[in-house]
Amino acid sequence: MKNCPSRADLLQQISKVSFAVDDVKLYLDTHPCDEEAIAYFQKYSHMRNEALKEYAKYYCPLTVDTALYSDCETWNWTEEPWPWQEGGC
Amino acid sequence: MWNYEKRLQYPVKISQVNPKLAQVIITQFGGPDGELAASMRYLSQRYTMPYKEVTGILTDIGTEELAHMEIICAIVHQLTRNLTPEELERSGFDKYYVDHTLALWPQAASGAPWTATYFQSKGDPITDLHEDMAADATIAKEQLATKI
Repeated sequence: MKNCPSRADLLQQISKVSFAVDDVKLYLDTHPCDEEAIAYFQKYSHMRNEALKEYAKYYCPLTVDTALYSDCETWNWTEEPWPWQEGGC
Repeated sequence: MWNYEKRLQYPVKISQVNPKLAQVIITQFGGPDGELAASMRYLSQRYTMPYKEVTGILTDIGTEELAHMEIICAIVHQLTRNLTPEELERSGFDKYYVDHTLALWPQAASGAPWTATYFQSKGDPITDLHEDMAADATIAKEQLATKI
């Protein structure tokens, strides 16, 4: 596939930016006016959404909201391995 | 409501089975200071929390604890894949296996079943936050215990 990012690289990117989003989200719950933290959240949340879309397009959807970016004609949610299985995320 | 994201918050790739270790790790799933108790604690307390910031953080941390629970379950599952009868007997995992086979069931390392008595939800913000701080402090203690 043309310009297809590797599955491992894309997954690592998703893990990294998602962790940043998870962490800053907790901080923002108690510091809702911190502009620097809001900017950080926006940056990483955007990167996360793009990476999830890309993963759905090239491999399989990891969330219901990115399932519409999948190129697969059939419902492949149950086709790909589950996270605890070999080959899973 | 909740949506499922089909990935672990932190990836788990275990190549070597170890049913003896699984019997210890399972306590982080269904033991007194495990992720199931943590999740239920925060998600139960949030309804009567009078401060919106704290309600938010109880919701978001309670949700994240569910993701931690999934990581622990993945570890236990991968540590107990394809066990032989000899491995079952030698490791002592046979006592779990007889009731649950290789399925995940929330119990402490001692075999005590998970129970809601592992946490308190009182409706008083000071009381509940003290419960939460005590629970959070157990993490450091368990990290120490697992190094032994």
